[in-house]
Amino acid sequence: MTGSKTPPPAKTVDEGLERGIAGLTEERIRRIIRRVLAGETGARLKAYVDTCIHCGLCSEACHFFLSRDRDPAYSPVGKVKQTLWEILRRDGRVSPDFIKEARIIASTHCNLCKRCAMYCPFGIDVAYLMLVVRRICHLLGVTPLYIQDTAHSHAATLNQMWVKDDEWIDTLMWQEEEARGEIPDLRIPLEKEGADILYSVIGPEPKFQAQLIYQAAVILHVAGVDWTMPATPGWDNSDMAMFVGDNELMGRLKRAHFETAARLRVNRIVMGECGHAFRSVYDVGNRWLGWSMPPIPIVHAIDFYHELLEEGRIRVARRFEEPVTLHDPCNVVRGGGLHEKARAVIRRTCAQLIEMEPNREHNYCCCAGGGVINCGPPYKKHRVESNRVKAEQIAAAKLKGAKVVITPCHNCHSGIEDIIHHYELGVETRFLGDILYQVMEKP
Amino acid sequence: MNELYRLATGPLLWAAFAVFVGGSLYRLLELFLLARRRERFLFTYFSLRYGLRSIAHWVVPFAATNWRRHPALTAVTFAFHLCLLLTPIFLLAHIVLWEEAWNVSWPALPDDWAIGMSFVVIGGCLFFFARRRVVPEVAYVTSASDYGILLLTAAPFVTGVIAYLQWFDVRLFTVLHVLSGEAMLVAVPFTRIRHMLFAPLTRAYMGSEFGAVRHARDW
Repeated sequence: MTGSKTPPPAKTVDEGLERGIAGLTEERIRRIIRRVLAGETGARLKAYVDTCIHCGLCSEACHFFLSRDRDPAYSPVGKVKQTLWEILRRDGRVSPDFIKEARIIASTHCNLCKRCAMYCPFGIDVAYLMLVVRRICHLLGVTPLYIQDTAHSHAATLNQMWVKDDEWIDTLMWQEEEARGEIPDLRIPLEKEGADILYSVIGPEPKFQAQLIYQAAVILHVAGVDWTMPATPGWDNSDMAMFVGDNELMGRLKRAHFETAARLRVNRIVMGECGHAFRSVYDVGNRWLGWSMPPIPIVHAIDFYHELLEEGRIRVARRFEEPVTLHDPCNVVRGGGLHEKARAVIRRTCAQLIEMEPNREHNYCCCAGGGVINCGPPYKKHRVESNRVKAEQIAAAKLKGAKVVITPCHNCHSGIEDIIHHYELGVETRFLGDILYQVMEKP
Repeated sequence: MNELYRLATGPLLWAAFAVFVGGSLYRLLELFLLARRRERFLFTYFSLRYGLRSIAHWVVPFAATNWRRHPALTAVTFAFHLCLLLTPIFLLAHIVLWEEAWNVSWPALPDDWAIGMSFVVIGGCLFFFARRRVVPEVAYVTSASDYGILLLTAAPFVTGVIAYLQWFDVRLFTVLHVLSGEAMLVAVPFTRIRHMLFAPLTRAYMGSEFGAVRHARDW
């Protein structure tokens, strides 16, 4: 058997993990593992574990594996071997230290990007298997501190960033006032029952990216959209609960979100440029609540911009001149098939699109998603070093002339920014909305 | 030896086929019932159209991106599996046995072809063995059972070729050939050779999720 080639990352000290394992006994670990395996898993886990022929063909799908010099411990199946296979082989008799390592692997060495499902001949869903490991660790109380804090925020406030109820309303009013400096009759409608669209965002937007709400308000206003935002909790579509393994909390969050939309009797929920939130609202959270598809149609910003441009409700005054490249976010491309619409929006708004290779469904993950960036500073170095292939992709696009990387997803945006700084790539990141706001015709 | 041959081609053969067919059906039923009991939603998302679309891209050589990335492996994998399935079914000596026992027959492969195809299977096993030793990401996840599966698969072909070419004691190798073939059949439901049963299901499910929900390709 061959061991891992690269040395493990410098010993990470994460209070969440240390405190979590401090009170664990092997008996409790075994009980929780059995509870999850017997009560929450079934045919998928059995079929995936029984079918895997250990061929290693998933390896080259993974940006961790490629970026860390093909270290087999970072291949998708290698991560399953170190975690779930061991748990099954030892019938749950594993130590607290094992749980800590398993948590680090499942939560910070895998972005749940599902690229490997496209490279496994059998379509084995390693992301699902990693989520099973995360679920076990969550029930054992072993979770990285930073992401656990965001989950606590979700639990206490129904948003990710400890935004208080009055701060939310105040931020919207502030952005309305700012935007009225540019467009005097602009409103950010609050609590408008019967509006066509509920516009929802993630916690970080009011917390420290309020200009994105401003931009969205301008786009929605100019397009003449009948829209509203809620003045109550339920406005945040983000979901770190899904990534820590706290499915019950995820259910609470999604229920609050859908019920807010139902209370306001809107026809659709349009969401900002966030990938993981799309996954939560469109794919995962709705299932937990028993809806095979979302009970209220979910429209991601890419899709919505595409619609506004196609219908001529937004017109482009002058296209964005600097050549751009596009990072395809996993959760809306492999998770929602929005890659061609993103390109259509860029073709209408930008003078030149330079493709990254590979692209569309085959694009490499940003390495920030799946809650990895939310695990915080202790893992940042490891995270950016684990996506050298993304840096190479961007550098190759830059060589062809790209100056701006469009990243229509919050996690990707932050992750790509970190990569650009770390590898000194000298390009900028922009949201699609940044570009649209800049080039659109305004009154 | 004659006693053993009669035993191997008589009751043991019956038993092997019964375990193979019955065990395979049991495994599939077990999985189906497990899905019904615990993950009924799987049926909600299962789509015949997208499931078949995904399978189609993976059962055609070089149709999936990852097949194109590994041309040698792809060529060996497809040749190996094709020969593994077709040779025992269309071997003249096997058809003669079917005819004697059941009075049914079908066209046979020329013996030279069958021998060639058996060598493809044996070569495939050697290739996979070497790959497990040499390619780090494969070696990392290889366990004894993986070698066991290779051995189980190669054995009926190695012994069959030896018996046909009459290299050693023909009667001994004929008996070993029958026994190892039976061992392989019996192993299907009980080892990871059952990817033969489950892989179309896992592929189809991923194809369904990608096609109907995610609107994306999975190949």
